[in-house]
Amino acid sequence: MNARSSLLRDSLIAIAAFLLLAALPYIFPSKGFTDFVVRLAAFGIFATSLNLLVGYSGMESFGHGLYFGLGCYTFALIMQNFAVSIPVAFLLTILLSVVVAVVVGSICVNLSEIYFAFLTLAFQMLLHSLIIAWTPITGGDQGLTGGIPRPPFLGIRLDNYYHLYLFSSGLLVVCLLAMHHIVQSPFGYTLRMIRDNVSRAPFLGINVFRVRLMAYVIAGAFGAVGGMIMSLFVSGAFPDFAYWTISGEAIFMIMLGGITVFLGPLVGAVMLLLLNDVVTKLTSHYGIVLGGIILLFALGLRKGVLDFVADMWRDRRQATLSAESRSEPVASAKPVAAGE
Amino acid sequence: MLKIENLSKSFGGVAATSDVSLHFPQGSLSAVIGPNGAGKTTFFNLITGALRPDKGRILLDNEDIAGLSPPEIVRRGIGRAFQIARIFPTLTVHDAILGAVQAHRNQHTVMSRRFPLVELEERAAHVMQLVGLTGKAKVLSRNLSHGDQKLLDIALALVLEPRVLLLDEPTAGMGPEERWAMIDTVHRMWELERMTLIFIEHDMSIVFKIAQSVKVLSYGRVLAEGTPDEIRRHPEVIKAYLGDEFEAAHA
Repeated sequence: MNARSSLLRDSLIAIAAFLLLAALPYIFPSKGFTDFVVRLAAFGIFATSLNLLVGYSGMESFGHGLYFGLGCYTFALIMQNFAVSIPVAFLLTILLSVVVAVVVGSICVNLSEIYFAFLTLAFQMLLHSLIIAWTPITGGDQGLTGGIPRPPFLGIRLDNYYHLYLFSSGLLVVCLLAMHHIVQSPFGYTLRMIRDNVSRAPFLGINVFRVRLMAYVIAGAFGAVGGMIMSLFVSGAFPDFAYWTISGEAIFMIMLGGITVFLGPLVGAVMLLLLNDVVTKLTSHYGIVLGGIILLFALGLRKGVLDFVADMWRDRRQATLSAESRSEPVASAKPVAAGE
Repeated sequence: MLKIENLSKSFGGVAATSDVSLHFPQGSLSAVIGPNGAGKTTFFNLITGALRPDKGRILLDNEDIAGLSPPEIVRRGIGRAFQIARIFPTLTVHDAILGAVQAHRNQHTVMSRRFPLVELEERAAHVMQLVGLTGKAKVLSRNLSHGDQKLLDIALALVLEPRVLLLDEPTAGMGPEERWAMIDTVHRMWELERMTLIFIEHDMSIVFKIAQSVKVLSYGRVLAEGTPDEIRRHPEVIKAYLGDEFEAAHA
């Protein structure tokens, strides 16, 4: 399949997925279902954006929640304090996230794994501390309450829960399509090369810092989109959205769903949100049950669900290819005889 | 043309490369030999920007490239393969080589189009054919044999259309038959691409068979340089590296 037709195929799948999502509330006409999908859109985009770093770039960020929290608060503050339309607030929030990501990324992306992980976490906790301390602006530990104005735009009324559902579903589909296009582009393959062998890449002419920074900024921008959807869902912003546990949840989603398959984090988000919704109804010891399930995946499968399936398929395919290549004659000319 | 002038690099008190001056004419095939710890790989690291020299100049067609970063040096036309193959384990042979081509053509940050960029396929196919990996194009790099991984490492450097190609022990870890097949490939590649090829090698039968000139390093210094015949009869080289047994065997 050539590049143009694969893009067309992805676009058709995206349209079909959106139409399916649009129809689902008629099949499951419950507010619980639409709420679930809106939360899934927020966390699905957020976890997939983190996987641009973890899975495709080999950059294990522990502080990606910085952008979820930043998106959430920036969008809520803009909507509460300025008379702008929702698309304008969206664009301004993404712009701010990009600026912050350029600054933080410039400091962090060239660091080795553990320092990158913890410095990104430190930046996230810096934002969290700022939110807690700057009470007149952020509402402190009570969060931004009082609701978010939702002026209609292009016939979309986000104070209507079905419109919010459609809007979030559309963003989910568009963001996933965009991120999938990025990882399938030459840039996406450059990220894989850096992930696989960071010491080799410079000797091919790749400026590792520049490419990593680009990946970090892109991931930050998409992470902020997740935060904005969450802000619309809760009609405000809360410090928990910038706390380290939000990054932890995204990492759990990637672990559960899979790191090597593009849709792995989305599947992980479905699993974690379902677990959350089901287990919290059954027991107050949610953390213990979740920890047990994570352990099961970490020690049992040693990979996410989609990784497990994809690895089986890849191993089978590679075994066939290796057998085929062994049976082909060697292409090189007759070797020079040893010695003279 | 690659000209090295008074190149020096020390690690603490240890001089890994000391006042090395060498000349590699355009299109030549040269071997760098010497005992372990002679500074051969450090010499390659200095040329390719992996290390910054303490002093000295590295002139590539009269431009001093000493101290530039590896990507900058690659863009000026120096490619490199490593002693232990540095490949991209999760990419197929085809994808890894195309990834290298797109980096070389400055297309590696393109996001508007899908991988692979079709206009780059020809170069990748040519290099795969040259090193004999065409039949393994869809095999994951990590599933290749040791010899094929070394070939892929060389292909990754070759695909950059280097004016100077440095190969650090291309036959390391190979059996005799595989070793000669590799050397045959390297030699054929040099004949076809006409780049300046410099290789580090410990197998003297290979060195003396294919090299036009041999540079001998010892304790970070140039001990000798000359044609293979001159080097195999050089008393200091025999004493420091080749040994009397080699001299007797090749007398």
